[in-house]
Amino acid sequence: MKKNFKVIIDKPVIKPLVALLLMVGVMSVLSGNFATTDNFFNVLRQVSVNLCISVGMTMVILTGGIDLSVGSILALSGAVAAGLSKNGFSFPAADLYVGFTFWGCILAALLIGAALGAFNGWMITRFKVPPFVATLAMLTIARGLTMLYTKGFPITGLGESFSFLGTGWFLGVPMPVWVALLIVAFFAFFMLKTRTGRYIYAIGGNKKASLLSGIKVNKIILWVYTLAGILSAVAGLMVTARLDSAQPNAGSGYELDSIAAVVIGGTSLSGGKGSIAGTVVGALIIGVLNNGLVLLNVSPFWQQVIKGFVILGAVILDKVSPGKSEN
Amino acid sequence: MYESDPEILLEARHISKQFPGVLALNDVGFKVYAGKVNAIVGENGAGKSTLMNILSGVYSDYQGEVLLCGRPVSFSGTADAQRQGIAMIHQELNLVPYLSIAQNIFLGREPLNALGLIDFPQMKRDTVDLLERLHFDESPEKLVIDLRPGQQQIVEIAKALSLQAKVLIMDEPTSSLSEKEAGILFRLIRELTENGVGVVYITHKMNEISLLADYVTVLRDGCFIEACPMEQTSVDELVRKMVGRERKDFFIKRQHRLGECLLAVKDLCLRDPLREGKYRLKDISFEVYAGQVLGIYGLMGAGRTELMEALFGLYGKQVEGRVFVKGRQVKFNNTNAAVAEGLALIPEDRKTEGLVLDMSIEQNTTLASLKNFLKHGLLSFKKERATVEEMRSKLEIKSYSGLQLASQLSGGNQQKVVLSKWLLTKPGIVLLDEPTRGIDIHSKNEIYKLMDDLAGQGMALVVVSSELPEIMAVSDKIICLCEGRLSGRFERDEFSEEALLKAALPDKA
Repeated sequence: MKKNFKVIIDKPVIKPLVALLLMVGVMSVLSGNFATTDNFFNVLRQVSVNLCISVGMTMVILTGGIDLSVGSILALSGAVAAGLSKNGFSFPAADLYVGFTFWGCILAALLIGAALGAFNGWMITRFKVPPFVATLAMLTIARGLTMLYTKGFPITGLGESFSFLGTGWFLGVPMPVWVALLIVAFFAFFMLKTRTGRYIYAIGGNKKASLLSGIKVNKIILWVYTLAGILSAVAGLMVTARLDSAQPNAGSGYELDSIAAVVIGGTSLSGGKGSIAGTVVGALIIGVLNNGLVLLNVSPFWQQVIKGFVILGAVILDKVSPGKSEN
Repeated sequence: MYESDPEILLEARHISKQFPGVLALNDVGFKVYAGKVNAIVGENGAGKSTLMNILSGVYSDYQGEVLLCGRPVSFSGTADAQRQGIAMIHQELNLVPYLSIAQNIFLGREPLNALGLIDFPQMKRDTVDLLERLHFDESPEKLVIDLRPGQQQIVEIAKALSLQAKVLIMDEPTSSLSEKEAGILFRLIRELTENGVGVVYITHKMNEISLLADYVTVLRDGCFIEACPMEQTSVDELVRKMVGRERKDFFIKRQHRLGECLLAVKDLCLRDPLREGKYRLKDISFEVYAGQVLGIYGLMGAGRTELMEALFGLYGKQVEGRVFVKGRQVKFNNTNAAVAEGLALIPEDRKTEGLVLDMSIEQNTTLASLKNFLKHGLLSFKKERATVEEMRSKLEIKSYSGLQLASQLSGGNQQKVVLSKWLLTKPGIVLLDEPTRGIDIHSKNEIYKLMDDLAGQGMALVVVSSELPEIMAVSDKIICLCEGRLSGRFERDEFSEEALLKAALPDKA
């Protein structure tokens, strides 16, 4: 067990972790409202959405790919869940109406996420479309489908179960935080202790060698994008439940925050190197930064500038290691 | 003897270099004489490549001093070293795959016209000249990605030539060249030394040393052993100094009792996806029995690697013909199916095809057989560690821990990791593509012996090699390939270098 722990807390995570702790320290000193229990859970709740997406993004980036469609998949699955919950599924021509329970809606949203993610993976593996292009296309496809489904209007008023998922507490911890925690724990374990997890690292490290080792590279890549889609759908459900409404433009720009979290967490964009643990730290850094800057009354415009520099700083910090000079 | 020595162009004094966990060089000295071939010999991990990387400016943090024409120098990088007249042909290829041959050769030093733009016609003319000197018949506009490793090596050589360096370092330049191409290179080396260039030559091939070298320096385990003119020593003596013990008898193959036919290939063809109706391999048939080693000999581009990869399921539906494993017809649409039928492939290029360099020895070793390391469906690190430790000591993989990254190992040790990866899959048929390329004599013999053992255990081996002595030593029978077709079959008592080479050469008429 102790050994496993050592492997999870891999050395590359130390630096962003120190940066996170420093940032927490500074924020606590600068703002009296930062280091409170309320704010602590506030940050965690805000981070949980990005965290769900970023776990999927980490796996995608570890294979050497990228997923730009997460925000749009989030919106469509959230909208479908909301729509089904409120109006059910009706098909007047066949005089068909199907009502959906809460769990039915959840399942439908996850299936939508899985289907769109799998479509990404299919394009990438079967037609050799570069991940950047395939998921960029899906970014606009899924957004368009969301607009079609919602006709451009928010779907509101979703009922008890949804609002519990979004704003409820369980054992003193907000529900979205529970969901994110479970996902993080599951996938950190998955990456470390399953064959698929190991293969994901191997494929990102050297695709040809993985192929020649008898690994079904395409199958794994297809799975990774499918998982990323499902995790975006989970995030979509969280956002929808929290606001008690599905916004047609929900999640736009989320792919950037999630890529930032992965990169700040020390995962290499060329694949093969990185960890879920790093991504958790990366997402927390972004969360603390967002929250702290708001508390400090920094203008939103400046917030973006600062966030950009933090991303740069994290990556530079990661590249510079003592005793190693690169040209 | 001192007076008669020619001018010293470059000298290294008391060089030491530390890597994490390994002292790669320990107080080593080395002299490069003008107009001479200065050879360095030593086993894998002796420190040859490290020393050359220091002399050519790749590493700038080391102890000791480097003198260029008697003046102490310290290179800030390879570009700096090149400006001062030192160029190196690396063992591993450092080319940009999607640039043309000409663009690669003049990368960063493109000739400019009056407007300050790249003078492409000039660049092309210069490239043609260079390639002509190397008797290399390819268009300067061809992309490097479309060249085989051996051809890429020639481009590397052309690139180093174009620098017109005073000191030219060659790290195993012939490791992927055919004999004919190597001959051209040797003539060129003579030409260079006559013009006063100091050539530093690293190789594992002792016949090249006796053919080329004027001076020889022996390194062993990072230490300087001896330096002397070649005429004062002999290959046997050098080998003795390299290994620090008497030369072991050259590998002698044992005869194994043959079992059933493990692999039979009938009329195998490989379609060329780029050219309709053309084939990269045509009508290849052979059988390999349990306990037998089949050698495949051919020149570069004859289709040797393609044949191995086609057998291994890499080309899926482009493959036609029939393949039988243990008498049962099989069709591999992917590599996974081939592994499941007990095939293993040791690929030609360890670094780009054999290993995940950023993974540890442990993770590389278990990659093809991970399903054997599960406990309750999850990976058991304990099982992995125990097995890998066993392989590490059985194959004598030089490393300080199984957690060491594959990228930090020397070539021979990397190859051993690839081998142990496949041994763990308990294969019945092992395909080896140039298994000893760029590996020292000692490790080579270890690998031959291992292959012999595998045959003794009842496996069927298929070995591709471009070294005639090697393929004749390890094989029970040999087939020759020429331009994608089978051009000769030889039983062991029919082996001769002439016959094999003749079969492999195109345009026999």
